[in-house]
Amino acid sequence: MEARMLKLSGKVVYKGIVVGPVALLKKDDQQVRRIRIDDADAELARLGKAGEQAQAQLQKLYDKAVTEVGEASAAIFEVHQMMLEDDDYLDAIHNMIRTEMVNAEYAVAVTGDNFSEMFANMDDDYMKARAADIKDISNRLVRNLMGREDMSLADMEPSIIVADDLSPSETIQMDKKKILAFVTVHGSANSHTAILARMMNIPALIGVPVNLEEVHTGMQVIVDGLKGEVIFDPAEEVCKEAEARVKEEQEKHKLLQTLKGKDNVTLSGKTIDIYANIGSVSDVGYVLENDAGGIGLFRSEFLYLGRDNFPTEEEQFQAYRQVLQTMAGKKVVIRTLDIGADKQVDYFNLGKEDNPAMGYRAIRICLKQPHIFQTQLRALFRAAVYGNLSVMYPMITSVEEVRKIYEVVEQVKEELEEQQVPYKVPEQGIMIETPAAVMVSDELAQMVDFFSIGTNDLTQYTLAVDRQNAKLDDFYNPHHKAILRMIQMAADNAHKCGKWVGICGELGADLELTEEFLRMEIDELSVAPSMVLKVRKAVRESAV
Amino acid sequence: MKKFDYTIQDEVGIHARPAGLLVKETKKYESKVTVAKDGKSAEATKLMALMSLGVKCGETVEVSVEGADEEAAYDGIKAFFEANL
Repeated sequence: MEARMLKLSGKVVYKGIVVGPVALLKKDDQQVRRIRIDDADAELARLGKAGEQAQAQLQKLYDKAVTEVGEASAAIFEVHQMMLEDDDYLDAIHNMIRTEMVNAEYAVAVTGDNFSEMFANMDDDYMKARAADIKDISNRLVRNLMGREDMSLADMEPSIIVADDLSPSETIQMDKKKILAFVTVHGSANSHTAILARMMNIPALIGVPVNLEEVHTGMQVIVDGLKGEVIFDPAEEVCKEAEARVKEEQEKHKLLQTLKGKDNVTLSGKTIDIYANIGSVSDVGYVLENDAGGIGLFRSEFLYLGRDNFPTEEEQFQAYRQVLQTMAGKKVVIRTLDIGADKQVDYFNLGKEDNPAMGYRAIRICLKQPHIFQTQLRALFRAAVYGNLSVMYPMITSVEEVRKIYEVVEQVKEELEEQQVPYKVPEQGIMIETPAAVMVSDELAQMVDFFSIGTNDLTQYTLAVDRQNAKLDDFYNPHHKAILRMIQMAADNAHKCGKWVGICGELGADLELTEEFLRMEIDELSVAPSMVLKVRKAVRESAV
Repeated sequence: MKKFDYTIQDEVGIHARPAGLLVKETKKYESKVTVAKDGKSAEATKLMALMSLGVKCGETVEVSVEGADEEAAYDGIKAFFEANL
């Protein structure tokens, strides 16, 4: 077949070039409609084929799971195979097709609902959970009947994710080792897809006007983050040329690796700490791999996203402790919950807001619903015993808020004391990400141990530009003098009180500003793990 | 017809995996095998029906075997319960 060479351009959020197969991520639009049929036998034959296909898919999943996670965990796929052969389940579907003359999709969906309902109503937690298995096998059958691809990311070869847009909870569930690049139709340069791509050091293009109907999983694609181009179904010689460039990039990457273990020191002897920003426990590997001096921003939201209820104190404690122990004495700055705005979680019941970025989020939720905050603080203080922890509070606008935080901190301390649970009150700092916090930074600096400047929100609030709105990307200018002056002001006020100041927003990794930050005497830059060595290179080449 | 009582030792009860294996085991024989608890019963060839009995650890089920090969089926099914449940 002739290559179609569908060439499109988009906005680059992370440079780099890669060639690989597409994994098309479609929103779950598995809407089943009831359709009257004339030929029940033909419908039953379709069902039989879908069932065989499902058995084969499950066998593949089982085999893969056995080698990767072991027999015990793989057993679930075997159970799914058995469920698909269950007489009662199949009889119910067959009967419905024959007696009501309906399409197989509809019969499977209705039967699946009935059976899963039956399990959901049992008074045994184990059996209740089986309701999900029945839904799962029924969805698999429906998918096969509709001729949809089995889009389980766990089962995927390393691929280029092509999607309309990705939500934070979707991205958080992906196995990052299997993602070669992102291509999305929507999303802005500051969306979570973009942040994730930068962190993982993988090419990403957004705003690519691709018709998802023309793309299918497995199709070859070149993502060229240097030219800002995507080529679906490329011709062979184009592919070869791209592969040569991939190699070239890899050489450059190797050169950067020689900077591992070197100090972050300028030609004139000035030093600065370079830490990494991460969003989940598994990202710690990237931190160490890239030789970061510590973790300057650990977004604790991952604990809250992609689930149905609040994480328990114990769950949080285990996660924090694991990170602290893995980092073995290196500094780890954990930011308390920053849910709200663009990160929505159903069970928080936050409600729709007209202007979420300026709404009920982050520390505001923590102060209004202190039990959520207390649980997190208890987990953090308990974990603090196991390493070098700093806690950082987001979205601060006033001295009063910090005072209220300290009241909760006191309560938590007293409780832990009373219960004789081992704990330590870690170093405590705040995010400087509102113009208000900058303006009162002289007073705030006296109350806290450090500042960390969140340039993404600071830019959005200072310039009044919504960073989720792709139309405004041209107006989002983080190099604006107003922003740089604010950073300077906050840094000076911190230093007057002998406190350290870091930058943890995207700006920290902006190589055009590295020298400027050195001049401002910023103590620490926290950047995506993939940027650590690049920033180190810029520091070492600077004469400041 | 032959019958035996068995008290479940597995801590999750008759859960998905052993129930599935029991189905496989039962299908080796011609005899009809029924598992009953508290007046409810399920044929041992039906996975979901078996699971929906909701048999927990420590509970006793009555297993009956009836058919042409009931001698062999009785021994095989009994051994299966002892080894897996």
